[in-house]
Amino acid sequence: MVQTTDNVLIDVQNMKKYFPVTQGVVFQKKVADIKAVDGVSFTIHKGETLGLVGESGCGKTTTGRCILQLYKVTEGDVYFEGENLCTMKSTALRSMRRRMQIIFQDPYGSLNPRMTCGNIIGEPLIVHKMVSNRNEYREQVTELLNIVGLNPYMADRYPHEFSGGQRQRIGVARALAVKPSFIVCDEPVSALDVSIQAQIINLLEELQEQFDLTYLFIAHDLSVVRHISDRIAVMYLGHIVELADRQELYENPLHPYTKALLSAVPIPDPILETTRSRIILIGDVPSPLHPPSGCVFHTRCPIAIDECSAAIPEFRNMGNDHWVACIRV
Amino acid sequence: MGTLLEVNNLKTYFFMQDGVTKAVDGISYDLQEGETLGLVGESGCGKSVSALSVMRLIAWPPGRTVEGEAIFDGEDLLKMDNNEMRRIRGNRMSMVFQEPMTSLNPVLTIGRQLTETLELHLKMDKSAARNRAAELLQMVGIPEAASRLNDYPHQFSGGMRQRVMIAMAISCNPRLIIADEPTTALDVTIQAQILELMKGLCKQLGTALIVITHNLGVVARYADRVNVMYAGKIIERGTAKEIYHNPKHPYTLGLLRSVPRLDEPKKQKLDPIEGIPPDLMNLPPGCSFRPRCHYAIDKCAVEEPLLEPVADSNRHTSACWVAGKLSAKKDT
Repeated sequence: MVQTTDNVLIDVQNMKKYFPVTQGVVFQKKVADIKAVDGVSFTIHKGETLGLVGESGCGKTTTGRCILQLYKVTEGDVYFEGENLCTMKSTALRSMRRRMQIIFQDPYGSLNPRMTCGNIIGEPLIVHKMVSNRNEYREQVTELLNIVGLNPYMADRYPHEFSGGQRQRIGVARALAVKPSFIVCDEPVSALDVSIQAQIINLLEELQEQFDLTYLFIAHDLSVVRHISDRIAVMYLGHIVELADRQELYENPLHPYTKALLSAVPIPDPILETTRSRIILIGDVPSPLHPPSGCVFHTRCPIAIDECSAAIPEFRNMGNDHWVACIRV
Repeated sequence: MGTLLEVNNLKTYFFMQDGVTKAVDGISYDLQEGETLGLVGESGCGKSVSALSVMRLIAWPPGRTVEGEAIFDGEDLLKMDNNEMRRIRGNRMSMVFQEPMTSLNPVLTIGRQLTETLELHLKMDKSAARNRAAELLQMVGIPEAASRLNDYPHQFSGGMRQRVMIAMAISCNPRLIIADEPTTALDVTIQAQILELMKGLCKQLGTALIVITHNLGVVARYADRVNVMYAGKIIERGTAKEIYHNPKHPYTLGLLRSVPRLDEPKKQKLDPIEGIPPDLMNLPPGCSFRPRCHYAIDKCAVEEPLLEPVADSNRHTSACWVAGKLSAKKDT
């Protein structure tokens, strides 16, 4: 893969994150690993939105947090504009954090209930010493509130006085405060009602245009991801199984898991629904504590053969920048 | 096929310290035998409360069904005393809840929870109930059913627990199952499994089904008819086809336009409904959707529209003064 071209903002190479499982109260010993992310590689270009979909527990959130170094990566490298974040000193990393931000899923849990909305948005400005005096601070907070569609007089209110959608706007404003170039959106609309979801999605799209932002958009809802993304990566049990352009992925899915996922998403159109075929997967996602050997999907795969359980399939480029990890395609 | 359930002018209010919340405010609908009805709306619109009221599961205080009737199989559920209701609930009508994690009792085995209803309603003896329980688990697709009867809920995954809930719901061959957001807590692939299973079982057993959901896609795939709710009222009713292809209420139209569709060809902007749902404690006068409505006219602020048949069909009703002027096509 290309190390650094002008266009690449984030380059993730063979990133792994294992969480140890320990036993014992006093003398803890490691008994196993939960392989949350097990060797993923991808790049994100400047100004693009990369969508990351998968079911709960597949490691999509962990991937996002590892990129931001909120978790220490077990193995592999993450390059941000050519600089390796994984080997960076913590002071240097702190200044890099100004460039990359995150919007969390839960608009209720991610805002400190004892801080006013204005202070929540303004705190990053103080931490990163981006304002010199109170007036400047106030001006910036007011501007941020305006940008995300909140009223400046709301700055003195506390999180509980806002609705879910408004809270998510505060989360967006907080991420924008330090003028980042990269934002990880970790399920930003999953907790919201349908009519409010659309408002936040539109806001994110407008901001991307206005501030030239790059997004990693994590969600389990394939229709939302397809709507907002330029390219989409599909994750299953710690591995990226397919990566392609949004149109390509929908029209020409190659991996059997992607096919099943696409067919499982209902479309709000009863006439169309009667004609769509469905691939119903059998069983549940296996535990990442004991992932299946070889291809992790072979236990649920409708087209698996014996070889699938032997070796981890290579992540191949099928042309047209369509990457897939399956030996059967 | 006859009418199985007829709800007339149902009103359920919550009496709180700072006022009265009209969670369900005069809704009427009917359900035919074996039919699947979708109840759609955003959180807080009263869809769950309306179902719980029919089941008589509203806790007093603070909630109470103050008016209306719910005629199930010729009898008014709301006039029954508690003993009569207890004989019907779980027997002739049952419920599947949203949270498979919390709606099973964690300290009882799956087998005990399944046999309890069988022993109570069908007066089975212990061994017959156990056999039937194993059979039910088999029906909902749980492998090695007989041996899993001794397991506790925490030993099952989310999808499996929802299967157990469904097994409990169908255990007494009910005429009606109410499923309250049955798949919201589940992953997409598991969601598809569960919905196919429910639809299949209902067809096989001839059970009517009310699916409560905020997911418009789920309803499109599985429902025969759809009720759209907003702020405690049904604002549009019709067959699934009519609702999706020819919506006659600005809210339905707005909902359909605001969800991204998997099959949208190219990136286009979503068309969200502006504003937020109203506070049920002080609703605006007239139509409660008016503050968020693009089509509102002066009349909307004064007079509340009633559910009335749309021009060409008497099975499709809408509560909107400008219903006739709406078209599914996007106007600019």
